[in-house]
Amino acid sequence: MVMTRDEKLAKINAHQERVNLIFEKIDTLRLMEKVLTLDNNKILEYIKESGLKGRGGAGFPTYLKWKLAADQKSDVKYVICNADEGEPGTFKDRKILEEQAEKVFTGMAICAKVIGASLGYIYLRGEYNFLVPLLVTKMNVFNDDMKKFGFNFTIDLRSGSGAYICGEETALIESMEGYRGEARNKPPYPAEKGYLGKPTVINNVETLVYCTMIVLNEGKKFKNFGTEISTGSKVFSVSGDADVEGIYELELGMTIQEFVDLFGDGDTKAVQVGGASGFCVPRKKFKETIIGFEGVPTGGSMMLFNSSRSMYHILMNYMEFMQEESCGQCTPCRVGCQQLVKGIQAIKHKKRPASYLDELVKLAKTMRVASKCGLGQSVANPFISIVENFREEIIY
Amino acid sequence: MQSSENIVRKAVKKYGKGRENLLPILQMVRKENNYLSEDQLREIATEMDLSAADVYGVATFYSFMDMQPKGKNIIRICKTITCFMKGKDSIVTALEDALGIKMGETTPDRKFSLLEANCIGWCHKGPAMLINDKVYVELTPEKAIQALEEYR
Repeated sequence: MVMTRDEKLAKINAHQERVNLIFEKIDTLRLMEKVLTLDNNKILEYIKESGLKGRGGAGFPTYLKWKLAADQKSDVKYVICNADEGEPGTFKDRKILEEQAEKVFTGMAICAKVIGASLGYIYLRGEYNFLVPLLVTKMNVFNDDMKKFGFNFTIDLRSGSGAYICGEETALIESMEGYRGEARNKPPYPAEKGYLGKPTVINNVETLVYCTMIVLNEGKKFKNFGTEISTGSKVFSVSGDADVEGIYELELGMTIQEFVDLFGDGDTKAVQVGGASGFCVPRKKFKETIIGFEGVPTGGSMMLFNSSRSMYHILMNYMEFMQEESCGQCTPCRVGCQQLVKGIQAIKHKKRPASYLDELVKLAKTMRVASKCGLGQSVANPFISIVENFREEIIY
Repeated sequence: MQSSENIVRKAVKKYGKGRENLLPILQMVRKENNYLSEDQLREIATEMDLSAADVYGVATFYSFMDMQPKGKNIIRICKTITCFMKGKDSIVTALEDALGIKMGETTPDRKFSLLEANCIGWCHKGPAMLINDKVYVELTPEKAIQALEEYR
C-alpha cells in the first residue's frame, strides 16, 4: 500500500482536522471571563479527568503539578512557560507561540488562578529571539486585558542564551535566578520550592495550550483521543527523510508503522522518537511500537532516516550534541558523554575491539542511574537503542 | 572604557541589581559589541555586588554569551543531523569561501563571525542558519551567500 505524497497529505490533514485542538482559533478573552467565575477545584478536576501529561517530553501529570503548587501555603507563587524548546528535531513550540500566543498566555493565567500566582514568565530560547517583538506586543495586550478583568496576573518574558539544559525545569530556574543552568536535586520539586524559593509551576508551551482547550471544552474532547495511558493528542515535529515534513497534531497511540506510512519516503529504516535524548526504533519494530507513554514517549520530535543514512553518523551527531550540552556539574554525565564519543570513534577506527561496545553500553546504563538530571539519564536512550539495533553499522 | 561602563550601568539600571537579573543584563551588555569582555564582567560584578568569578562562571556557561571579540554579525549554522542531511556542509563551504574565513573565525573587517549551533528548531526546512536573530531556512549555497549581502 504505497500512497503518493498528495494522498498522504490528505490523510494527515483529515487526521489533523479531526483533532484540531492546538491550532483551533478560539476567543481567549471570553474563555478567561468564564474561567474567572469557575471554582478552582472544578478546573483542577477538568485537568485531572483529561489525564493530560506534560508535553515537553518528561510526561509528568499536569494535574499533580498544579495540585501540588495549589496546596502550598505561600503569598508568592509563579507560573513559568517553558519555551526553551531545544531538543534536536523539535520545533512545534515555535509555531504554537507564533500562531497561538494568546492560548499559551491563557493557559498560564488559568494555572495562575488555580495555584494563586500573580506573576508569570515565559522562558524563551535565545534561538527564537526573532519572536520577541511579536510576543511582547501580544503579551502587553493580554496583561492589559487581565487588568481590565480585575485579575491580578502579569506575564513577563525572559530569553535564554543557547543552553539546551535550561529546558530542564530546575536548570531553567537556576538560569532565571541568574546562575549557571545546572540542574538541582529533586525533591524539593519546583511546585514546592521553585523560582526564588517560591512554589512554581513550569509547563511546556504545548501543555499550557492543552490546558486552555481542556478548560474550554470542560474536560471533554481531549480525552476522546489517544489511549488509556496516553490520553489526548500531541503536536509532532516531523523531519528527516520524510515525504511530508513539518508540524502536525495527531492522536497519541498510533504505531510507528502507521506513522511511517503517512510521513515516510517508502524506505524508512529507523525513526528517532524524542530527539537526541529519545529512542531509535528500527524498521523491524515499527509495527509493535506505540507512540505514547506505553511505547516510546516523546516531546514530539520524529526524525526519519532511510537506508542511505549511516547510523554511526547519526549516533555520533547525537553524542556530540550531548557532550556539548552536558552542563558538566555531575561526573557520570560530563565524563560519560565524552567517553561515549571517544569510544565509538575508537571502535570505528579499529583502535578498540568490537567487544568494547558492550563496555560502552554498560557505561550508558551507569549514566542512566547515576546522573543527576534528565540529560545525563537519557543519554542511554539513543545510545543503547541505536547500538543494539544497528551494531554492525557502528562497528564497521 | 567609557562606553562599556555606560552600557553596564545602563543595563543594571534597566533591570535592577537583583541576582535574578544577571542573565538579562549579560544579554544586553553582550549585544552592544557582540561579546562580553572581561572588563565588562568585572564592572557588572562590581555594580551588582557579586564576585567577578561568579559572573564569569555564569557568562561562560551560555554558548550565546560570546567571550571572544566577534564580528558585527554572527552567523550560526545548525549542525544537527537533519540539517546535515540536507546539505549543511555545502552551506558552510560556500560561506567560508565567500567570507574568506574558516568555521569559528571572524572576518578581518569584523563584519562577520561564522559559528555552528546546535538545533535551532527549523529541521523541516533545513539547512537553516541564524544571522544575529534573523532566521534563514531552506538554504542553498547561493541563498546563503545572498543573505550575507543584507549585512555588507
